[in-house]
Amino acid sequence: MDWLTAAGSPAQKFTLMAFAIALFVVVVGVILFLVDRPKNPRKWVLVLGFLGLPVLGLGFGLVYPALDTIRNSFLNRDGTRFVGFDNYVTAFTTSEFLLVLRNTAIWVLVVPVVATFVGLVYAVVVDRSRFERFAKALIFLPMAISMVGASIIWRFVYEFRPLQGEIQQVGLLNQVLVWLGIPPQQFLINQPWNTFFLIVILIWIQTGFAMTLLSAAIKAIPDDIVEAARLDGLAGMGMFRYITIPSIRPTLVVVLTTIAITTLKVFDIVRTTTGGQFGTSVVANEFYRQSFVSLNTGLGAALAVLLFVLVIPIIWYNIRQLRLAEEVR
Amino acid sequence: MSADGSTPVATLPPRTTTLTQRAGKVRRRLSNPWASGIAIVLAILWTLPTLGLFISSFREQADINRTGWWTIFGNILTGDASFTLDNYDAALNGSSTNLSQFFVNSIVITLPSVIIPISVALLAAYAFAWIEFPGRDWLFVVVFALQVVPIQVTMIPLLRQYVNWGLAGSFWTVWLSHSIFALPLAIFLLHNFMKEIPRSLVEAATVDGAGHVKIFFRVVFPLMVPAIAAFGIFQFLWVWNDLLVALVFVGGQPSVAPLTVRVAELSGTRGGAWHLLSAGAFISMIVPLVVFLSLQRYFVRGLLAGSVKG
Repeated sequence: MDWLTAAGSPAQKFTLMAFAIALFVVVVGVILFLVDRPKNPRKWVLVLGFLGLPVLGLGFGLVYPALDTIRNSFLNRDGTRFVGFDNYVTAFTTSEFLLVLRNTAIWVLVVPVVATFVGLVYAVVVDRSRFERFAKALIFLPMAISMVGASIIWRFVYEFRPLQGEIQQVGLLNQVLVWLGIPPQQFLINQPWNTFFLIVILIWIQTGFAMTLLSAAIKAIPDDIVEAARLDGLAGMGMFRYITIPSIRPTLVVVLTTIAITTLKVFDIVRTTTGGQFGTSVVANEFYRQSFVSLNTGLGAALAVLLFVLVIPIIWYNIRQLRLAEEVR
Repeated sequence: MSADGSTPVATLPPRTTTLTQRAGKVRRRLSNPWASGIAIVLAILWTLPTLGLFISSFREQADINRTGWWTIFGNILTGDASFTLDNYDAALNGSSTNLSQFFVNSIVITLPSVIIPISVALLAAYAFAWIEFPGRDWLFVVVFALQVVPIQVTMIPLLRQYVNWGLAGSFWTVWLSHSIFALPLAIFLLHNFMKEIPRSLVEAATVDGAGHVKIFFRVVFPLMVPAIAAFGIFQFLWVWNDLLVALVFVGGQPSVAPLTVRVAELSGTRGGAWHLLSAGAFISMIVPLVVFLSLQRYFVRGLLAGSVKG
């Protein structure tokens, strides 16, 4: 039975995968068969059949671990002693973690705003143009690339070579600087600007998402409203300010909050580019470092809970806005 | 607001010219140099980084380290440009990288992690939409609210359980984790689609004597195929591109770790080996790019579900 947990060759791995899927199908099949057997199944049997697996999974994989982590955040580094709010105090008073909190705040403020703004501008300028589909695909493509891949793409843009002798730049951005007569920079190392150069990567990824949703919202604005405004003499920026923006407000809120939540939890970019060095770490990355590298589970749990607490108001605001929009309609 | 008596009726456009007017509008928009300029600049900015790495991945190792990728345009003119597949060979089969093994792992991780949560979520969504039972609304709100839990919060307790069960470092941990993490959103989205199926269809099937299981497979499931495709692509991209879940549950183990973990590792340990990194990055991107480009229509429609109300 060793191959069940330690598949070696590709053939073994694919067999294991087929086995896992078959096992799943059999389990679900047996459950549904049992539910369907009696002519008039009792309601609780029926509900258990359909909801048993998902509720079990969610309870085991999300509810219980979340509660356990909240408890762990009040324990010391190896979980043996109750320390009250010490971990949270550490997170909010140590200069190292204050820097992490500051960086996270910068990420969460800058990424959604810039990505949404650029996405909106792009959606407006390519709207109804001849190359609309192709133009949109160009911006949307980074969404399909992993954050690890995107980070490598941008590390290459930021690549630094010292300015001496015959050495030529291989990173595009530094080459542009050299062409302009400015000495090349270590974009990923020089604080505090390196955080912003990392932020650019996530903006690059998320703009396509914002553009797609906003473009659809713009196209959904009824023609008669646009015509009426035009007859009123609105054009260009006026049209944008008084018709487009108010009409797509609910979508703007959804886009901003979705990107904000993604940004809070993102850690791939920081890990792949700087590993959190040079003052670039964020809460999500620091959670990983404390939990799995420094093995300080108490502090790691506190950071995870902090992420949790930060997400709640964003979602709450989102739901409230949606409800407001529904009431207006 | 405006169409009061003062607007002369004669200026209102006759219906027949609408098409030509539209065409005129489009032409005016295109000829607006500011709009076109902004569009072109943004499109170039968004494409150049990828293009640069893509071109580099086909250049000789020595060339990558010596000159920038943009120099090849001059070299093509003079006939000095040389391209090679060596980087891809080294990345896929070289003993220090061996990405082909990780490529297999990525596939083995992704397929069950897409199939299992969607199937489970379909069952749950059906129950929430078409089976009436006490506490249904309450339970649905709880499931929806679970989207708030960041996966970081769940990782250490889960890992502890996996170690207890002797599953740590195997594919099972990744399959199980991805499946569970996808459930709240999947149930929510699929439930929204399922609610839109006309009640009369389900009721007609009930009158014919079909039980819920039969209705689920014969009536509901065929109508759900577009929604399943949309969410399936979503979940596929998410699992294939994931780093955190894989890193935590299988770490760097070459026998189980997916491409993202290995490429991230290369980025850390061999940060200067651009010939391996550039080829490696593109190997990890090929599958999601193909899926994305060929199924873009469903994907975009899936993105729009529930966020833009007409």
